[in-house]
Amino acid sequence: MTVTLTINGQKVTTAEGSTILEAARSAGIYIPTLCHHPDLSNVGACRICVVEVVGARNLQTACTTPIAEGMVVYTDSEIVRATRRFVLEMLLSDHPNDCMTCEVSGDCELQDLVYDYGVKWPEHKGKRHNWEIDPDPNPFVFIDRNKCILCGRCVRACAEIQNRDVWNFAHRGFRTKLVAGADQFMLDARCESCGQCVAYCPVGALYDKMSLGKGRANQVQKVRTTCSYCGVGCNFDLNVRDGRIVRVTSAPDAPVNGMALCVKGRYGYDYVHHPDRLTAPLVRARWLQGVEEKLKGGEWQVFVPQGNGRDGGDGSDHLTVTPDTFIQTDWDTALDVVARKFAEEKRLHGSGAFGMLASAKCTNEENYLFNKFARQILGTNTIDHCARL
Amino acid sequence: MGEQTNVRIVEDAALTSTKDLPSQWIAVCMGTGCVSSASAEVRQALIQELERHGLSSQVEVRRTGCFGFCAAGPIVVIHPDETFYTRVTPADVKDIVEQHILANRRVERLMYRDPVTKVPIEKWYEIGFYSKQQRIVLHNCGIIDPENIDHYLAREGYQALHKVLSEMTPDQVIDEVIRSGLRGRGGGGFPTGLKWKITRQTPRWPKYVICNADEGDPGAFMDRSTLEGDPHSVIEGMIIAAYAIGARYGYIYCRAEYPLAIHRLQVALDQARQRGFLGGNIRGFDFSFDLYIKEGAGAFVCGEETALMASIQGDRGNPWPRPPYPAVSGLWGQPSNVNNVKSYAYVPHIIRLGADWFKQLGAPDNPGTAIFALTGMVNNTGLIEVPMGITLREIIYDIGGGIPDGRKFKAVQTGGPLGGCLPEAYLDTPVDFDSLCAAGAVMGSGGMIVADETTCMVEFAKYFMRFACDESCGKCPPCRIGSTRMLETLECITAGLGTLEDLDYLRYLANGMQKGSLCALGQLAPSPVMSALRHFEDEFRAHIEERRCPAGKCHALITYEIIADLCTGCMVCARNCPTNAIRGEKRQPHVIDPALCERCGLCKELCKFDAIVVR
Ligand SMILES: Cc1cc2nc3c(=O)[nH]c(=O)nc-3n(C[C@H](O)[C@H](O)[C@H](O)COP(=O)(O)O)c2cc1C
Ligand code: SF4
Ligand code: SF4
Ligand code: SF4
Ligand code: FES
Repeated sequence: MTVTLTINGQKVTTAEGSTILEAARSAGIYIPTLCHHPDLSNVGACRICVVEVVGARNLQTACTTPIAEGMVVYTDSEIVRATRRFVLEMLLSDHPNDCMTCEVSGDCELQDLVYDYGVKWPEHKGKRHNWEIDPDPNPFVFIDRNKCILCGRCVRACAEIQNRDVWNFAHRGFRTKLVAGADQFMLDARCESCGQCVAYCPVGALYDKMSLGKGRANQVQKVRTTCSYCGVGCNFDLNVRDGRIVRVTSAPDAPVNGMALCVKGRYGYDYVHHPDRLTAPLVRARWLQGVEEKLKGGEWQVFVPQGNGRDGGDGSDHLTVTPDTFIQTDWDTALDVVARKFAEEKRLHGSGAFGMLASAKCTNEENYLFNKFARQILGTNTIDHCARL
Repeated sequence: MGEQTNVRIVEDAALTSTKDLPSQWIAVCMGTGCVSSASAEVRQALIQELERHGLSSQVEVRRTGCFGFCAAGPIVVIHPDETFYTRVTPADVKDIVEQHILANRRVERLMYRDPVTKVPIEKWYEIGFYSKQQRIVLHNCGIIDPENIDHYLAREGYQALHKVLSEMTPDQVIDEVIRSGLRGRGGGGFPTGLKWKITRQTPRWPKYVICNADEGDPGAFMDRSTLEGDPHSVIEGMIIAAYAIGARYGYIYCRAEYPLAIHRLQVALDQARQRGFLGGNIRGFDFSFDLYIKEGAGAFVCGEETALMASIQGDRGNPWPRPPYPAVSGLWGQPSNVNNVKSYAYVPHIIRLGADWFKQLGAPDNPGTAIFALTGMVNNTGLIEVPMGITLREIIYDIGGGIPDGRKFKAVQTGGPLGGCLPEAYLDTPVDFDSLCAAGAVMGSGGMIVADETTCMVEFAKYFMRFACDESCGKCPPCRIGSTRMLETLECITAGLGTLEDLDYLRYLANGMQKGSLCALGQLAPSPVMSALRHFEDEFRAHIEERRCPAGKCHALITYEIIADLCTGCMVCARNCPTNAIRGEKRQPHVIDPALCERCGLCKELCKFDAIVVR
């Protein structure tokens, strides 16, 4: 069933049960929002999306008002604009004047609206909140309640997407405070540090702690990637500045996961630039031939673990190569060694000597190939997978 | 109240049967007001005293609901002669029994005296406070024992339910309520029958019937009194509503600060269930319904119907946007009918006596009665039930007995913190939904607060703004922050720091809150300030332009002074001043040091020679 209504003089036909906001967006008509997010339930809290509905007693919020046949809506009339401006003025009257150094400057829904509606940061004698900044020991989530506009997106993201119900509001009126659990630390309130709440915060009240001061939206390049941790295949954007990953942000159009990520995908990227990270195959010297030459020729290197005190800082010449020394080789050499050893094992001890453990970090296809390799090439049924439990 | 009274008030009504009442009985008010002034002890003493005289079987001592005249409590009424005793203590009980019951002599010192002539008044309904009242919702309060269902049944209780179940279809019930013109008593005045009809028509089940007994208006206690004095009337109204809309379950949302009301409700629910008025197949008919009490934690905003339902669901008591309205999507997303306590309490009368009977009460389009908690600067304060259409003047002067000490009336606030104030010129406004609205106030569901010349209207407005600030749920910015800014601005003005631009700023904030707020709390919270500013702008300007509080109330703008000619140098003021701000020799005129004076006013109160004035 469809319903036809008129928005700003334009006839719009859309599915029954839609909201005014959905109807307007389907027709390409822009209505600003703050507390609304398409992934979350609508609560009508922020009042930014108010529109004029002919015949209604008061302005209505587009994000919550169901459409009706013959409805006549104005989304940008003077009274609508004035009311939005008033809401923004009120929000700014209890907001720090901190866009200069704010992490999300340039990527802030409030800042954009304040700009669009020409609202100035007001000086006044009245109260502004002065909450402690970053009071929570959660290693990943940074909180600055002074910037919180109480839109409740984090509350709903945590409850509706992550099903953890960590956040809610305590107290009433001007004293309303975003709290975890019963005003506890996040980790004591069932938080699993997935960062969904951060991802949905329209302002800089919740931010990724590891990324503080590392680069704002206009200073980073976003690189879409697939998470390397498990086979689900979540997509997200690496925020890269000067060749280094400084943050992970959700990609709303990610086909598998949308905005959602787990703690590993969102915050587990520090290994990427870690000095201990292995970036080339290592083979013990005893399995290789012509080690001396290749080392001299610079094709291979002696592997020196970081921070073990052996590399006096003056080059690898002084290192003695024993049969146990790890040599950093190339993939072909390393795989040849593996193939040779597999064949030898099979000849000497038979297929029963093999046990294979597959990884959840691989895709289904990779795991399928792994199983084929085990059964058909190696000839063993002793296969297991770390995600079997 | 008494038999004659009801006959006198609603002559054509059959509300008045008193069958099964013993001929001699003593009503002891056991409403919250009188209980707090020790009426339970009075009742106990009466029972013992009667026993001592061997009268226990001839004279019944009955606990009843509220008489409304709580300021004069504990109230005791002797029947059948209907003598009205006020401020009764256990020590008075001996006289009541020995003089009144045994010797048939009234105990004059306990009788209410006319404030002017000082003559004791015999019958309760001859007292000015009751003179213009018409008790329909409260007609059992003060008569029946609310914890005894037989008392309710003896007064035609549950007859309307029987009529509905045996003779009427749900649609006929709804038509009757629509025809009666009943409008919701929760404040908005929405037609009750129409709401039922929409809820009935929404094709989704289950449906719920909900009674709003949150009653958060400061000073209001009419819903509490109704529930404490006549809980079955509300329950019966709800069962009828459930039948009409097709609901199986219902909730009564009552604030936990009303323990007595909750207790009486629970007793009434248990008794109704025992007698088959609640539960499966009510009275053998093919209709089942049951009711539960949900205790609220006492947030004003939880009286707003959507916040109320959120609270029943166990969520934070924040309002939801409407539409969709509760009739379409309410409790747990299901069609739900929310009505006020009093709205339900009218229903049994309407069904039993007919829509036509109800329509002729009160004012056109505003049938029935209005119930107010009359407070502030009037001689008689308390709970009153008056016909719609009565004027403010009649309420304040005839029922309220006028302003104490001959002071001048200044304003009357209706609708509580979401209402507005009206000045003297509006005193002849009829009290009904439409007239009050047209005058710029609202009916609301609350107190009627009278202000006199000693009330500072800026302070008065500020009081309500502070209430709104404290009670705003905080969900939406216009209300959460706007109310804070309004309060701050008013505080500036009363502190003598205001500017004329502040008045424009107040108007600007008010407009933004009205347009932008989610629920009626934020939309209407500016009304008290705006109506005060409309009618008493001079007073606001005096605070700003002359740094003067005309009523002498705003501490920052007043000074206490001793008139040397009147001061005898008795030193009472100096000895009692908490900040030692008064100096002077014995028998010499004293002086107040304005730098030390905290303007508490104690000295002025204590001075026997009226030598201390406020400037
Ligand atoms: C802030 C606020 C507080 C309210 N408090 C009450 C209340 O205490 N009792 C009540 O019956 N209605 C209250 N209402 C009105 C209810 O929202 C609702 O309109 C009413 O219960 C409907 O019942 P009625 O149709 O019988 O009037 C309040 C409304 C607002 C906005
Ligand atoms: S990090 Fe995840 S689990 Fe923790 S509060 Fe945020 S959304 Fe909830
Ligand atoms: S922290 Fe962010 S998402 Fe959460 S309520 Fe505040 S502004 Fe909204
Ligand atoms: S108007 Fe006030 S009480 Fe109502 S939703 Fe908004 S903040 Fe809450
Ligand atoms: S986006 Fe609609 S009220 Fe916030």
